[in-house]
Amino acid sequence: MALEVTEARPLGKPIKRKEDARLVRGQGRYLDDIALPGMLYLALVRSPYAHARIKRIDTSRAKALPGVHLVLTGEDLAAKNLAWMPTLAGDKQMVLAVGKVLFQYQEVAAVVAESRALAEDAANLVEVEYEPLPVVVDPFYALEPEAPILREDRDPPSNRIFHWEVGDREATEEALRRSAVVVKERIRMPRVHPAPLEPCGCIADYQRATGKLTWYVTSQAPHAHRTVLSLVSGLPEHKIHVISPDVGGGFGNKVPVFPGYVCAIVASIGLGRPVKWVETRTENLTSTNFARDYHMEVEIGATEDGRVTALKVFTIADHGAFDAAADPTRFPAGLFSIVTGSYDFPTAFAEVDGVYTNKAPGGVAYRCSFRVTEASFLIERAMNSLALRLNLDPAELRLRNFIPPEKFPYRSPLGWTYDSGDYAATLKRAMEIIDYPALRREQAERRARGELMGIGVSTFTEIVGAGPSHTFDILGIKMFDSCEIRVHPTGKVIARLGTRHQGQGHETTFAQVIAEELGLTTDDVIVEEGDTDTAPYGLGTYASRSTPTAGAAAAVAARRVRDKARKIAAHLLEVAEEDVDWDGQRFHPVGAPARSVGMAEVALAAYTNLPPGMEPGLEASVYYDPPNLTFPNGAYICVVDIDRGTGQVHVRRFVAVDDCGTVINPMVVEGQIHGGLTEGFAIAFLQEIAFDDTGNCLAPNFMEYLVPTAVETPRWETDRTVTPSPHHPIGAKGVGESPNVGSPAAFANAVIDALAPLGVTHLDIPLYPWKVWEVLRQHGITE
Amino acid sequence: MRVTLTVNGEVRSADVEPRTLLAYLLRDEFRLTGTHVGCDTTSCGACTVLLNGVPVKSCTVLAVQADGGEVMTVEGLEQDGQLHPLQEGFWESHGLQCGFCTPGMLMTAYALLREVPDPDEETIRRAISGNLCRCTGYQNIVKAIRYAAERLSAAGAVAGEVK
Amino acid sequence: MFPAPFEYLAVRSVEEAIDALARHGYDAKVIAGGQSLLPMMKLRVAAPSVLVDLNRVEGLSGWQEDAQGLRIGATTRHAALERARPLAERYPLILATAPWIADPLVRNRGTMAGSLAHADPAADWGAAFLALRGQVEVQGPQGTRSIGADDFFVDIFTTSLAADEIITAVRLPRPVGHPEATYLKLERKVGDFAVVGVALNLEVDPEGRVAQAGIGLAAVGPKPLRAPQAEAALIGQRLSFNLAREVAALAAEAADPTSDQRGSAAFKRDMVRVFVQRGLESLRQRIEGRQPASA
Repeated sequence: MALEVTEARPLGKPIKRKEDARLVRGQGRYLDDIALPGMLYLALVRSPYAHARIKRIDTSRAKALPGVHLVLTGEDLAAKNLAWMPTLAGDKQMVLAVGKVLFQYQEVAAVVAESRALAEDAANLVEVEYEPLPVVVDPFYALEPEAPILREDRDPPSNRIFHWEVGDREATEEALRRSAVVVKERIRMPRVHPAPLEPCGCIADYQRATGKLTWYVTSQAPHAHRTVLSLVSGLPEHKIHVISPDVGGGFGNKVPVFPGYVCAIVASIGLGRPVKWVETRTENLTSTNFARDYHMEVEIGATEDGRVTALKVFTIADHGAFDAAADPTRFPAGLFSIVTGSYDFPTAFAEVDGVYTNKAPGGVAYRCSFRVTEASFLIERAMNSLALRLNLDPAELRLRNFIPPEKFPYRSPLGWTYDSGDYAATLKRAMEIIDYPALRREQAERRARGELMGIGVSTFTEIVGAGPSHTFDILGIKMFDSCEIRVHPTGKVIARLGTRHQGQGHETTFAQVIAEELGLTTDDVIVEEGDTDTAPYGLGTYASRSTPTAGAAAAVAARRVRDKARKIAAHLLEVAEEDVDWDGQRFHPVGAPARSVGMAEVALAAYTNLPPGMEPGLEASVYYDPPNLTFPNGAYICVVDIDRGTGQVHVRRFVAVDDCGTVINPMVVEGQIHGGLTEGFAIAFLQEIAFDDTGNCLAPNFMEYLVPTAVETPRWETDRTVTPSPHHPIGAKGVGESPNVGSPAAFANAVIDALAPLGVTHLDIPLYPWKVWEVLRQHGITE
Repeated sequence: MRVTLTVNGEVRSADVEPRTLLAYLLRDEFRLTGTHVGCDTTSCGACTVLLNGVPVKSCTVLAVQADGGEVMTVEGLEQDGQLHPLQEGFWESHGLQCGFCTPGMLMTAYALLREVPDPDEETIRRAISGNLCRCTGYQNIVKAIRYAAERLSAAGAVAGEVK
Repeated sequence: MFPAPFEYLAVRSVEEAIDALARHGYDAKVIAGGQSLLPMMKLRVAAPSVLVDLNRVEGLSGWQEDAQGLRIGATTRHAALERARPLAERYPLILATAPWIADPLVRNRGTMAGSLAHADPAADWGAAFLALRGQVEVQGPQGTRSIGADDFFVDIFTTSLAADEIITAVRLPRPVGHPEATYLKLERKVGDFAVVGVALNLEVDPEGRVAQAGIGLAAVGPKPLRAPQAEAALIGQRLSFNLAREVAALAAEAADPTSDQRGSAAFKRDMVRVFVQRGLESLRQRIEGRQPASA
C-alpha cells in the first residue's frame, strides 16, 4: 500500500516522508549496497601503539597472498606526494604513517584484495616493527615544557595548535573583581563519537579510458569533498563525480575526508578497477573523528540579587594527533563564543588553546554547530552553580537574566547578533507542562525522607546556519548553499540542492517548502541531493545549516519560479501582470477569483504558449547567502531519581520545549528532537572515548562505547514555541542539533540538583553509577 | 562449501567459504541488501533476519550454519504489493530517519507480534533492545509497532498472514 | 570484520565431535550458539583452524526434568529457558537469570552450556550455575564424566574441560525445599556484561527456614564466585532484615573485584552487598507471602 502524502498547502503539516517508501522496504541504497563489476576491497593496517617510531615495514608476505592486488605504505604515498592530506581545519594529516605513528589505530598501510576477508587476511600479514615513544594523553601535560613534541613537522615545534580568544579580557576581569558573587567551576566535556549506525566508506571507480573518477562516498558534503579531492589529487574537478547515496546517519562524522578514502582512490587509479573501503565499527570509533574533548574553566560574576555581570572562560581543546576539526576557517574553536548563551551578559571573554595529544584526530561538530554543545553545556552548568551559590531557584535565576524579547536583534558581548527569541515564554511553557512548583514541593518532601530527587533546567541558545559568506568559509569556500528548481511541462518539479541529508527528511521537508510556494503538493516535487554532476554547488548538511541555507534557497528559488509564472499567468488570463493575484494555490485576476490558472497550466504554457519575447522554460537556480545565522533555542526540564544503593540515575521525566522558528513539518521536527535528546542522554550518562596512560583506546567498539537501547532511553515530552527568524525567507531556524546541544546540561543539572544538599556543585559527565556512588559514599549515604 | 537456503520463500544456493557470515551471504551473494551491518561485536542488530522463524543477528551466524534453513529478510515483508502493517506503521509514525536500523527493527518487531500480538510499551521496548537506533530515540518505533499491532488485531490476523 | 579461514565440521553426533577435537586439539573450537565465539573470531582475538558445530547433533537441544533434577541440553538456547514457564515452580533462578543475558536476539542463538564453557567471569549463567550447585555432563574420548560447579571454573576464560571434551548437558539438582530465587544485575545498558551480578537461590522448608542457599556472583573475580560463608549463615534460619544485612556483608567479603572503567573494586564489592541485601529482602517478602501468618 502506498500511503497518501499528497496535501495542498503542505507547509507546517506532518506530511509522511517520501524517502520512507524505499527505506521501509529495505530498498535504500547505502554505500555498502553498491557493488560494481570487478570491484576490489581495501583494508587498512593500523598501529597498535599511540606513539612510536616505525623502524621497518615488510609487506612481502601480504603481497604474496593470492588475490592481493596492491599493498600501499606511507613511503609509497610519499613518492606521489600524497603521504599527507589537508584537514578541513587547515592542518594536515598523515594518510599512511611516514616515520612514526601518533595515535593508536593510526593508518599504517593499505591492502587491496579480491574480497573483504582476503584484504583483512593480507592486512594481518603486513609486518611492522615499532619503537615505542613516550605518550602524551593528558592535554594539560601536552603544554608542559617537558612534554615530548608530537608533531615534528610543525614549525615552531609545539604541542599548542592555536590560541584563540574573543571578547574584552580587561573589562571582563574588572567586572569580575567588582562582582558581589563570583562562581568558578572546572567542567569537562569528554571525548565522544557521533557513531552513526552506518559506518563511513567509499568506492573509488577510476576509468582510465575517460580519466573520470566516480567516487561513491558516505558524505554529508559531497561538493566540498569533490573540491578537496581535486586540490589534493590534481584530478580536474569536472572529472570527479561524487555520489553520496543514502546515508545511514552522519551527525558530523561524515564531513571530513579520511585516509581510507584517499587510499581507495589511489588504489583505483593505480589498478584501474573499482576499490571499496568500508570501515569497521572499531575503525569508526578509533580513527574517524571524535567530538568534544573540551576542558573548560569558567568564572561567572553576579550581583547579590542574581544579575549576571561577566563571564570568563578558559579552555584546553584536545584535538588529538592532527587538527581534523571541520570548523570554518576563522573559527578554530568553532562557534564556542555563543558561550554567553541566553543571558544578557554586559561583558565576557573566552579563550581556547588547541593542543595535540596521542589520540585519534578530530574535533568534529557532532550533532552540533561547531563547539556549540560545549559552550551550551558550560554556560548551563555554570548558571546552575551560580544559582546554588545565590541560593536561588535555577529557573528563577534564568528568568532574571534572559535577553528580553525587546532587545532582539541582540548583539552579544562576544560579537553575535541573535535574530529572535522569547526565552521566558519558552521556559514558562516548559515549567507549566511539567508543573515545576509541584515538582519542587515533591522534591522537598522526598528530601525530608532522605530520597534523592533532582530537577535540571537547561535554557540554551543555539547558533546555526553558517554562512553568511563574509564570515564563514571552509578552506576558502564560502558557506552559502543552493537550490535549483526545474518545473517540467506537466507541472511536475525536480529540485536539487547542495546539501545532503542523512535521515533529516529533506526529500519531504524541502518538497513541502517548494510545493507551498508553488501551489503544488509534495507529491509533485522530487528533491535530489548528493550527486555533484547534477546538483548545484553547496557546502552540505551539518551544523543544522540545511534549512537556514538550502531551505532558504529552495524558498527563494520557488519564488523566482513563481515570479515568472505570474507573468505567464497574466498572459493566459489576458490581464496585466500587476492585475494577477496569487492565492497560495492559483493565479487569478484581481477581483475575479472564478477565473484562474494553476501551476500546471502555467508550466505547460512555459513550454508551449509563451508571452511574446519571453524565454522558454520554468526554472530557477539560487545560491543563498544568508544575511545572518539563526538562533534556535529551547527550555528543557529533566527530573531524576537516584538509587541510594547503586548510584543509578533514573530519568523520570523530560520535557523539551523547542523554538526553531517556523516549523516546516512538525512530525519531522519532533523526530529530530527525540533523536537528539537520546544522543544527549547517552553523552550525559553512558559515553566516553577514554584512553589509558599508554594511549590505548578503551571504547573501541559498541561493547564499550555505549549506545542506549529502547530500555534505557527515557520517554520524551515535547512542545514548542514559535518565534520566526526575521531574516529567513520562511522564518525557519533549523532544529536537528538543538536537543543534543541543550540536553546534556539538563541531565547533569538534574543529577547535581539531587546531590546539591550534600554540597556537590559539579560532577563530570558521563554520570556513571559508580561516580554517583562515590559521592554518596563520601557523604556517608548508603543503603 | 555449497549452501542452499529458502530465502523469502525462494530456494537459493551459493558456494561460500565456511567463514562467510549469513549477513554477507544475503547481501553479497543474493544481493538482498536490505539487511545491514553496523558493528562487529553483535551489538547493533541492523543485520537482524529471521532464521527458521527466529530473529537472529545474521552477522553472528555462519552461512554454513543456515544451510537447509529458512530465512526471512526485510525484502520478504511486502506481500503482493501490499506493505506489511509494520512497514506502514514505521512510515505512518515516523519510526525511521536514516533508515539504516529499520530492516532489523522490522524483523525483530515482526517476530514479536507473532509471539505477543498485543504488546504493551514495556514489552516492545524490551523486545527491540537488541536493535540499536541512533536517530529516533525509539519513541516513534514503539508507536509504529503499536500501530501495526492494532491494525493486525483489527484485521483479526497474525503477523505474516495478513494480506 | 571477518574471521580468519577455518575448516568447518557440521558433526552429527557427539562422538564425531569428540573425534574431531581429539584430532585437532587446541586448534579446534566447539561452536554452539556462537554468540561469544564468532565476535571474537571476527575481531581475530580467536582464530581456531577447525570449528566443530554441535547444532546438528540430535538430542542436544531442550530440557527435561526427572526425579534427580533438570537436564538442559548443550544446544538449548537462552531464549528457550527464558520461556520455559514449567520451570518456574522448581527452578525459578533459571527464569530469573535468562532475561538478563545479553539482548533478546543474542538469547535466541546463544546457549547456557556455551556460556559456561566460555567462562567469562562476568557472564550471568556462571553465577546462577554456582548458586544452583549445578554440574556439567562432559563427554570425551575416555567416556563421560560430570564436573560440579565449584570445580568447573578455573580462571578467566578457563575451565576444567579438557581440549577434547565437550559439555553435553547442564544438570541442576532437584530442590530440597521450596525454591525462591532472584537475579540482580547492574548493567550499564541492555546487552552489557554485568558490572556486578548476584544470583540468589534459597530452598525453604515448610517452616520457612532456609534448607539450602546458593549465592553466586558475576564480574567480581577472575571467575564466577560463590559466597560459601554467606550461604552458611542462612542455613536453618528464617530470613529477616538483620540476617539479610549480615549475609550481604559476608557475600561482599567473598567478592574479589578489580577496578576498571565500570567502577572501583570498592564500588563493585558494595554492589554485591546492596544486591544480596535487596535480593534477600525481596525473597523474604515472597516467602512470608506464602506462609500462614502464624508460621
